[in-house]
Amino acid sequence: MRASPPAVIVPVLRALAAPGRMRRPALLRESARRVVPALAPLGLIAVLLGAWELYVRLGSVDPLILPPPTAVARSLFDDRGLLWSNFTVTAGEALGGIGLALIAALALAMAIHFSRSLRLAVYPLLIASQAIPLVLLAPLLSAWLGFGLAPKLVIVVLVSFFPILVATLDALAATDPDLLKLVATLGATRWQAFVRVEAPNALPGLFTGARVAVVFALIGAFLGEWSGASRGLGVLVEQAIPQLQTARAAAAVTLLAGFALLLFGALGLLERRLLPWTTAATS
Amino acid sequence: MVAHYDAPMPTHLEAHHSRALGLAPDAGRPAVVLRGVTRRFSRPRAAPLTALDEITFTVGHGEIVAIVGPSGAGKTTLLELVCRLQEPDHGEVTADAAALMPQRDLLLPWLDTLDNAGLALRIAGRSRPAARREAAALLEVLGLAGFEQVRPDQLSGGMRQRVAFARTLLSGRPLLCLDEPFGALDAITRMELQSWLARALAREPRTVLLVTHDVEEAIVLADRLLILSPRPGRLVAEFRIDAPRPRSRTDPALVALRARVLEALR
Repeated sequence: MRASPPAVIVPVLRALAAPGRMRRPALLRESARRVVPALAPLGLIAVLLGAWELYVRLGSVDPLILPPPTAVARSLFDDRGLLWSNFTVTAGEALGGIGLALIAALALAMAIHFSRSLRLAVYPLLIASQAIPLVLLAPLLSAWLGFGLAPKLVIVVLVSFFPILVATLDALAATDPDLLKLVATLGATRWQAFVRVEAPNALPGLFTGARVAVVFALIGAFLGEWSGASRGLGVLVEQAIPQLQTARAAAAVTLLAGFALLLFGALGLLERRLLPWTTAATS
Repeated sequence: MVAHYDAPMPTHLEAHHSRALGLAPDAGRPAVVLRGVTRRFSRPRAAPLTALDEITFTVGHGEIVAIVGPSGAGKTTLLELVCRLQEPDHGEVTADAAALMPQRDLLLPWLDTLDNAGLALRIAGRSRPAARREAAALLEVLGLAGFEQVRPDQLSGGMRQRVAFARTLLSGRPLLCLDEPFGALDAITRMELQSWLARALAREPRTVLLVTHDVEEAIVLADRLLILSPRPGRLVAEFRIDAPRPRSRTDPALVALRARVLEALR
């Protein structure tokens, strides 16, 4: 899987790391092997940003419609106080909502796992609920629940609940039947089989669902703010665009995207830490 | 990390072979009785498949009986009947409480060796420290010390089967049903584990019903061999092995017996 360094880069790295006659090709190859894959995503981002900057600078589009990356970066720095205070609101809504979604999804996953009739009754409703356009629902919720935290939490729970539930249910159902047979011969009750085998076995699925859900949760929080709030990145963007402060709007979105990456990565780290057996086979 | 599983047992204990030790005969009733047991499986758009046909045999307390037969002879069905995972269509099964050891080790990947071995104790309601203590004591007896806190993914296939056997022993059931316990291992590891199991059973005597298609395995381990024919599974021959233990694979008497068993399997 690991990519070997592109042939063009190797002599350059060699020249940089081994000045004069001192040469340690083995060590160098090793460090190149480690560094190059880590640089790959940064390199891609640099190329994309460069192309974007160039595209705007060459006058292909009005910078008020598409601000160049340098303008976004300047806004990220200049508006840092404003961005941060609104970011904490949005992040709080997203994290609070995902926490609620986690509890609700786990409780419902267990209930559905134990009751086939509950699965038949609830699943169609859940799937249907996912098809409701949020842009339609968000203003309704604001009218109904006010402009406070509640409607945002409801939206975040609605969007992040489903991926967690589905991934957890699938993982619960995917338990090796031979394992269940084995603990049955050891005298396990249905509940013991769940606690000792099915639940730990489903944890990787729960993490997969949670990783998808955090990204949805941020969009949900943003959308909730968009349709009525006093603070948050959604409000900031909503106000910035009519004022033609598109760089600030783009800075807010950049912050949101960065936070999504951070949460996604943190969940991956947490999974490796808490469930070392899932990654052991490949390490 | 690859487990190194060279774990010889003290020789004085190998010599100390007394299988009946600690196994009080239960009012004269054998450990396992099958009488005219037939098991059929219905198939879509086909005649029902007779997996086992009129099987009758008994296993005495402390006896090691091997059921030998080719694939598809209903060996696993037979064990699942004894372990009460299935019910016969005809006939009668009575058996002591049994613990099943399947061909796949089925260790729980998130538990270390001690927690895996002590799984039955935890299910029985014992506290985790108590279960681990008891598991550690047995692992010591079985020559598995040194791997207590290692997860299954860090163990070799042979080592995992040993832990699975320890788990089966710790179920506390008087009857062990071993379903091709070493079938998934390479030939060399399999031979090692057969000898290991013979020693382990010498130290921890139990009634054993061993299902295998490996004739040599059956001869090294068992007191008695029952030969099962395929489709429908019928008992076609029986061999008693009185050779002393530990047994040598090259013992001429056992080599001759092996030829006779293979002949019966034809």
